Amino acid sequence: MYFPISGATIDPFYLIGLGFIIGILGGFFGVGGSFLAGPALFVAGLPMNFVVGTDLLHIVGKSMVAARKHGILGNIDLRLAAVMVFATIGGSEVGVQAIESLKRIARVDLVVGLATIIVLVCISFFVFLESWQALKLKGSRKPLSEQTSREKDKQAFRFIAHWTHSIDWAPKMGLPHSGIKSISVWAILIVSFVGGVFSGFLGGGAGYIRMPCMVYLLGIPTHIAIGTDLFEIVVSAGYGSFRHAMNGNVDVMIALIMQTGAAIGAQIGAVLTQYFQGPLIRIAFAPLPLIGAGLIIYGLVTGHHIH
Amino acid sequence: MEPLPSWKNFVVELLLYAALLVVYFAFVLHYLGGWFKDLYDHDRNLFAVMALVIMIGQTVVLELASSFLIWFVREKQGKKRRK
Repeated sequence: MYFPISGATIDPFYLIGLGFIIGILGGFFGVGGSFLAGPALFVAGLPMNFVVGTDLLHIVGKSMVAARKHGILGNIDLRLAAVMVFATIGGSEVGVQAIESLKRIARVDLVVGLATIIVLVCISFFVFLESWQALKLKGSRKPLSEQTSREKDKQAFRFIAHWTHSIDWAPKMGLPHSGIKSISVWAILIVSFVGGVFSGFLGGGAGYIRMPCMVYLLGIPTHIAIGTDLFEIVVSAGYGSFRHAMNGNVDVMIALIMQTGAAIGAQIGAVLTQYFQGPLIRIAFAPLPLIGAGLIIYGLVTGHHIH
Repeated sequence: MEPLPSWKNFVVELLLYAALLVVYFAFVLHYLGGWFKDLYDHDRNLFAVMALVIMIGQTVVLELASSFLIWFVREKQGKKRRK
């Protein structure tokens, strides 16, 4: 099928299939899936300037479906999402602007790339180690469908979240839906801002950074972290795709076709989370940051930027 | 919190969704392509707004249509059982 906006010719069933796979990943892990969609669209023949914008637009639709499903399942903390979304957008702008400024400095790609690789590998290792430990803990004997979010979500390193909750920087707020009595708003803003900066640097939603940060640093139960992250991605990706569309970097038709597949996949992914405990979801999540790291290594070695 | 859905209902939901998408894909996207290209070439700001509106609209309409069809199928199954 010929797409006149980008001038690319791509099999629509390839786009539906790609959207379907990304939809499952997004619904299950609460990530945008750009680490897969970006390279897959590039390989299919979409010009590089269209890859990021088109991917972001399709993320809006896919995340809406998954977030709605998570909302029905009670997995969205609206108070948390409302605070996070502004810092994410701000962080995203800072990330984009910082990279534009740093481009003028020699070897910046190598320095920033290596730093990001180290961060991503550390996250992957930490998530795997913690989930492995958490799986060994004795949990509730109730059936999975009768367990609360906290009971489903055993954590081995809960002391990190306890430390974050003890930070006494005003203003503080309660997150009753996530089972948190009091947390500094600054802690939430910093986590979402850092996620936004990575989003601006690497493209996409950077859910593979934000989701573990929400679980380990803020102490949000895994299922609620996934649902809330998706809800927040709808707004931040909407803003990003609007900016890209104004610059002519979005092929709407490709995004619409991808979203038709992603809509189905996102529903499957969201429902699947109800059949798995938090540590199992996190251990399956552990390799995802490594894919992001692999893409950066590819970019550094070949000189091509996937995002 | 909503009870866990049965796999049977979930598969029916997906099949209906897939059927809807095929119809949508064949008719709507075919006519949208030319209009969007025209908008892209002549008014980039309106193009950006419409891109978001159409994406959100597509998501909402497909969700509503699939929800209606699932309700319709469940109603029919319920009537059969009552008979």
